[in-house]
Amino acid sequence: MNIAVLSGKGGAGKTFVAVNLAAAAGQATYIDCDVEEPNGRLFWKPEQVRTTPVVTLLPEFDNTKCTGCRKCVDFCRFHALLYIRETPMVFPEVCHSCGGCLLACPQEAIREVPRQIGVVEEGTHGNIHVVTGILNPGEASGIPIIREALKKAEGLTILDCPPGSACSVMESILRADYCLLTAEPTAFGFHNFRMVYELASLLGKPVGVVINKEDQPYSPLEAFCEARAIPILAHIPYREDYGRLAAAGKILAEESPEAKAIFLSLWETLIKSARADGERFWHKRKFGKSGNTGCISHFSNCTIGAKDSPAAVDDLFSVSLWEKIGGSRP
Amino acid sequence: MKKLLILSGKGGTGKTTTAAALARLFQAKAIADCDVDAPNLHLTLPQKGTPQRKDFFGGEKAVVDPGKCVRCGLCAKHCRFDALEAREDGYAVREISCEGCGVCVYVCPNQAITLAPDVAGEELLYLEDGVFSTAKLKMGRGNSGKLVTNVKLAMLKHAPECEVAVIDGSPGIGCPVIASVSGVDLVLVVAEPSLSGISDLKRLVKTAETFQTTLAVCVNKWDTSPAHTAAIEAFCQEIGLPFVGKIPYDKTASLAINQGKTLAEMDGPASEAVKTIFEQLKKRLNL
Repeated sequence: MNIAVLSGKGGAGKTFVAVNLAAAAGQATYIDCDVEEPNGRLFWKPEQVRTTPVVTLLPEFDNTKCTGCRKCVDFCRFHALLYIRETPMVFPEVCHSCGGCLLACPQEAIREVPRQIGVVEEGTHGNIHVVTGILNPGEASGIPIIREALKKAEGLTILDCPPGSACSVMESILRADYCLLTAEPTAFGFHNFRMVYELASLLGKPVGVVINKEDQPYSPLEAFCEARAIPILAHIPYREDYGRLAAAGKILAEESPEAKAIFLSLWETLIKSARADGERFWHKRKFGKSGNTGCISHFSNCTIGAKDSPAAVDDLFSVSLWEKIGGSRP
Repeated sequence: MKKLLILSGKGGTGKTTTAAALARLFQAKAIADCDVDAPNLHLTLPQKGTPQRKDFFGGEKAVVDPGKCVRCGLCAKHCRFDALEAREDGYAVREISCEGCGVCVYVCPNQAITLAPDVAGEELLYLEDGVFSTAKLKMGRGNSGKLVTNVKLAMLKHAPECEVAVIDGSPGIGCPVIASVSGVDLVLVVAEPSLSGISDLKRLVKTAETFQTTLAVCVNKWDTSPAHTAAIEAFCQEIGLPFVGKIPYDKTASLAINQGKTLAEMDGPASEAVKTIFEQLKKRLNL
């Protein structure tokens, strides 16, 4: 069960929500997919840390075999290869590692060598398995690191996504079963929320909303959600003390019983919403096009969509989580 | 014309709020929003007139002609992006996974696959009052670095005579950020006084070093954590980065945004602080 936490706008509280949601559950896998700015680990301070390098493949030339035919240069659509002064050259930053130059070379003058672009770090914090993708500064694309980090998803998994709604976000949520959209109640926050909502809908994912840092009501956001039947699962108020604890790298759900209660009640509403989505999907499959769910072709990547009944959706959440939210399993 | 870029590393530190206020204070006639993933600058600097619109072609996507597909599976075997899937009537391209490398086109024995240009976003250019260049990347698309470069070039091409151009950047340290720093005279980093903010500031500084960019640093909402603000100041001093000011938390900022205004038109402690930063930047830009 993969729950992706995303926001569109940066700083809306993705990491804050993702970390505290996992902490409130007590037992979970937490994966930081924001590989450009991985901050979850600053809160978790994981122990028994081990790192695995992430590499991409880069072409390397055997100059004795290269005849200068430039077939590789012509093939490469990313302009990663150049042939100057009778020598082939590679620009690593723009290479997509597609392997096309190897296929195109008639002399077998190219082989691939690994190049490290970052790491995946794993550690533990109590019963939380903390996985962090970290991109090396100066590298352009963190997608291969996100892919590696996502392989560690196991059991109840929280995916802390990058900001925006471009390729790295999509990569992070492709296999998500549920998208939890964190929205900041401002004009900026609302604008970016709509973009990321569009992406989640495009991929046919069930969605729910958390309004974070609410210091004054912002009605356009709530009206938008109401008009589209997007459930608002929680309102988290702007509070100076919460801000201070978060700034200091503290996990709120572990510091304050009151805050923990907010996140446990978020779990409750989230499960309820996932259940309702399961039911909708089930109806849609059974009766065809009725119901307002997303595109059914993506259901292969969504376990909620694949379940046959609300009760089967309930099974996706761990026993310990049910106990935490008061054993109220229907 | 001097080019000032606003970056932050961490998202949500106040890049756009600061950029908009500085654009007003510098009376910039050339403005670009390079946060093509989540462009917001137009919300706080409303533009007059209708923009010139242009499709952005990020790259190409493979298309399989089902009539020609012989279902040999070579395309799927060679595709490194898992973008080809076997369906009942032959292979089909998963558009969202395809990077347009052309390997499938090359290996297909029956010329069943071609590459078609892909509209990955839209470039918008407002020319009523100076130039305001912005863009919107389509959902889930890559190649945002290329779009950032286009947005910047469009601004430069139409820029009238003026002292300063203000460019709003994206969060993070990846391709859109790298594309935005090239050719700018000064980067103002808006840092957040938190553990996360400091970590992201350091990663951004490291990235900027790779590209030999000139940086200046300010802290936003500094009073939410004076201790972290002090740590940022100390870090800047240690590595010789100019620290140009700190902005207090001020509800006027979100009020301004929700009204489509900037801090430059408001009164209050945050507005005062931005004006001090503006004076500092003027000196740094030799104006």
